[in-house]
Amino acid sequence: MKTTQILIAGFGGQGILFAGKFLAYKGLTEDLQVSWLPSYGPEMRGGTANCNVILSDTPVGSPIITTPDVLVAMNLPSLQKYVDTVAPGGQIYVDSALIEEKVTRTDVDVFYIPATQMAKSQGIATLANMIIMGHLLENNPELSFEGTEEVVKKLVPPKKAALVELNIKALTLGKEYK
Amino acid sequence: MAERVLMKGNEAIAEAAIRAGCKHYFGYPITPQTEIAAYMAKKMPKIGGVFLQAESEIASINMVYGAAAAGVRVMTSSSSPGISLKAEGLSYIAGSDIPALVVNVQRGGPGLGGIQPSQSDYFQATKGGGHGDYRMIVLAPASVQEMASLTIKGFNLADKYQMTSMILADGTIGQMMEPITFEDAEIENYEKPWALTGTNCERKHNIVNSLYLKPEELEVKNFERYEKYKAIEENEAMWEEYMMEDAKYCVVAFGIAARVAKNAVVAARNEGIKVGLIRPITLWPFPQKAIKEAADKVNGFISVELSMGQMIEDIRLYTESKKPVALCNRCGGMIVSPDEVLQSIKNAEKGVF
Amino acid sequence: MAVVFKKPDSLADIPFHYCPGCPHGIIHRLVAEVMDELQIEGKTIGVAPVGCAVMAYDYFTCDMIEAAHGRAPAVATGIKRSRPENIVFTYQGDGDLASIGMAETVHSAARNENITVIFVNNAIYGMTGGQMAPTSLPGQVTQTSPYGRDVDHCGWPIRVSEMLATLEGPEYITRVAVNNVKNVMQAKKAIKKAFQNQIDGKGFSLVEVVSACPTNWGMTPQKALEWVESDMLPFYPIGVYKDRSAEKEESK
Repeated sequence: MKTTQILIAGFGGQGILFAGKFLAYKGLTEDLQVSWLPSYGPEMRGGTANCNVILSDTPVGSPIITTPDVLVAMNLPSLQKYVDTVAPGGQIYVDSALIEEKVTRTDVDVFYIPATQMAKSQGIATLANMIIMGHLLENNPELSFEGTEEVVKKLVPPKKAALVELNIKALTLGKEYK
Repeated sequence: MAERVLMKGNEAIAEAAIRAGCKHYFGYPITPQTEIAAYMAKKMPKIGGVFLQAESEIASINMVYGAAAAGVRVMTSSSSPGISLKAEGLSYIAGSDIPALVVNVQRGGPGLGGIQPSQSDYFQATKGGGHGDYRMIVLAPASVQEMASLTIKGFNLADKYQMTSMILADGTIGQMMEPITFEDAEIENYEKPWALTGTNCERKHNIVNSLYLKPEELEVKNFERYEKYKAIEENEAMWEEYMMEDAKYCVVAFGIAARVAKNAVVAARNEGIKVGLIRPITLWPFPQKAIKEAADKVNGFISVELSMGQMIEDIRLYTESKKPVALCNRCGGMIVSPDEVLQSIKNAEKGVF
Repeated sequence: MAVVFKKPDSLADIPFHYCPGCPHGIIHRLVAEVMDELQIEGKTIGVAPVGCAVMAYDYFTCDMIEAAHGRAPAVATGIKRSRPENIVFTYQGDGDLASIGMAETVHSAARNENITVIFVNNAIYGMTGGQMAPTSLPGQVTQTSPYGRDVDHCGWPIRVSEMLATLEGPEYITRVAVNNVKNVMQAKKAIKKAFQNQIDGKGFSLVEVVSACPTNWGMTPQKALEWVESDMLPFYPIGVYKDRSAEKEESK
């Protein structure tokens, strides 16, 4: 796949870094070149968190994303901060359960998913991140939904094996969301 | 081929160190390198190694000094303010001619500074840091793969030359994950007849020491050490050249800044500007030959750094001021963008340095 | 003719650089005699300090390393953790151990590092020419306390043994003196125990040796030893401050 720069942003505790890791591992299993760069430091304790993931056929240059092809915004400050940086023709995923504001840009594809609300109603409150990831996979066929279970298994520590099924459930919810 | 695994840069250093035969780690927590200590704390007890959290950076470097003197492969890691504290030990290790590996995952300074990535410890790493006439071999990884390979290389060079190898990384490379493969580590083994092992009452006692009260003796020691440094300068410099064959302008950058600069070089080439990149992999010894040769070919240099301009002094030194050198920099934890580098390249093309 | 007195094998056959009347020579000898008696010279690694004993590495015939000022316990930790089968000791003065190196001292004790620490307390910085030490007595005149140590200005001396004995970590903390024959004999016993503890894997053992510095105290050697008795020992009483194994025995 051509170089795709994905920026995931939200609050600490929303699983921003985990979602990024999921994409990075997905890329790894598909033999892509991958980089995953987290924000770090005190802001990880409940402040803003973001994560840069680059997937590419060719070696990744700078791992720092300034013009994302894909933005995943899981809170309002993140959407406001990054909405104008997205490349024309890019994609923006908005957790519409937490963000009422609409994107006014017309040169990007915007997907509104009430992920946090969906997750709560399904009893998987902490997995809104993975619902959005499911939807992201659905809209980026190059990444494909296939093999996600293996990727999730790699990410979930053996002690928490029960979470594998719940992650798959969240991903599927996102995939099927219209 | 070995399996590709995703790993943080800091973890890659720790895993590579273990594969290089390092079974002793002494450290003190500091952001953004703590993953190294955490990894060691988890792994060392399982392989019969030693992880010990010291009471300070000063204590940890002195534990390294003791363990190195005892003849084992040993390392410590820290970030900028912690390296300042280790400077004392670095000087003693240099003065005693024993091998060690020290990692600096740099953050912004001076003082407590910040915790975001920086390259402002270039002077400290390449020009001293501690007191006295001494050098360290300074390796600057620009990828997670290099965090591993240069760690192994660093141990080998340290043993070969009986001195400190420093991995000079930064918060970005330390925190980021990339796929990495661990080929079998090429461990070079060097005899350590000077090591403290106990005399067994069979030989004269070994003394590991940096004290020479007679100035003529100390001078000879320093002369000898600088002969060794000269050999290292001649034989161990490493660098990468990218699109330099027909380049009219030369970007020089290391570590994360080189990754950003490479993007800018590609973008400039797409606009028809003949620009290339020299990426020093060893900062000491500095790849002076590459810079000297480039100085005869190109119209000018651009030093891209995450500091107020430290490496630029070495570039100027080895270009012998034949060609202008511009600085494209951010600091304090800010990272230069490809656009900023591209602008500097365009300025250079217009003769603005 | 029977030999009744000779240099211990663990001491090199070179003259000490110490001042006339300095007890460092006695303390070195005690350490060397203990190494001989325990037959550990061949596997011992000593750590020399910064201070008057800086050149101890020349005097002991075992392997030796010179540490930065105050860092001997950290260096010893690095060695012992790399070579647990070897015997590792540090030899430190009061400025080294109780001022610049206090953190290393306290933490190696807290970790119960299996090392032996010989701590020579003579209440003054000797090598640099007689400045106030962390153990200089209240009112004591030194180059940097020319009007006598004013505790309101520069604080109180530190009783290292008493302080370390409050820690759970260390195995054995004791204070001895070398101002008369009886005390010297006692000091040797303590040093031997401190090494034996390490051989037995019991952990951190520190022997504080109250010593004298005639040169920097401005006294004759004889007068200096009297001053140890009259002024030092009342403030720094001889005694065993911690002996975990003995305490365990008693509580049985």
